Amino acid sequence: MRTRPLSPHWTIYRMSRYSMLTSFANRAAGLVMSAGLLVFIYWLISLARGVRAYSHAQQLLASGVAKLFYVAVIAAFSYHLAAGIRHLIWDTGRGLEKAQSQRSAWLVVIAAILLALLCGWWAFRAREAGG
Amino acid sequence: MSLQSPLGKVRGLGTAGTGVHHWWVQRLTALALVPLAVWLLVSLLALPALDFVTLVSWVGGTWTASLLTLFVLTASWHSSLGVQVILEDYVHDQGLKTTSLVLSGFVHAVLAVLGVFAILRIAFGSPL
Repeated sequence: MRTRPLSPHWTIYRMSRYSMLTSFANRAAGLVMSAGLLVFIYWLISLARGVRAYSHAQQLLASGVAKLFYVAVIAAFSYHLAAGIRHLIWDTGRGLEKAQSQRSAWLVVIAAILLALLCGWWAFRAREAGG
Repeated sequence: MSLQSPLGKVRGLGTAGTGVHHWWVQRLTALALVPLAVWLLVSLLALPALDFVTLVSWVGGTWTASLLTLFVLTASWHSSLGVQVILEDYVHDQGLKTTSLVLSGFVHAVLAVLGVFAILRIAFGSPL
């Protein structure tokens, strides 16, 4: 059988440092949030199973490792959201010029950092107040 | 008149427009997840406390339960598509690739069902 043509694979594109890094980071952030989804579903199930199951889950989800994981999820969420919006804009055919995409790469990183800091601050303040 | 057979003409052209389905669904779910994920994050952060009673009454609300269901379905779908692409790109052993793709698909389906079931159970019956 003849080898069939594939859709443009990443080897086709000439990746710049920027597109390589931002693309890889977007995938990594996505993976972190897939793990986050797993934890979120576990949390929902424990809630549905009643008080005892939830208090057990609460202990697990309040551990130091879990807290570190939330930091990772918040960072991943912020980055994936900003980078994802950049991708959606690209899909309309805008912003694909080299200079534009390099500028938007920085914009994404800055927006992600600001968003993550905002979330972190809010979460910290909420826990301080509510426990 | 061409002597090329009908089969020869279509071979290699791909299927009838379904090639972009994966790409399109990934974009649609991404678009839907922008407001859904932001809503979820803001709602969680705005909750006064994370104790059982507060959370059950929050999840069980009509709007929350509906939006949460939408979020769980959309996020599972989007995650499934994303993990699929990563596995396709980075797992090179054919057997391992197929196995991991099937496994990821199953896990995501189970996650979606479990999530929706949990939300509905909280919304419809008091789990107390």
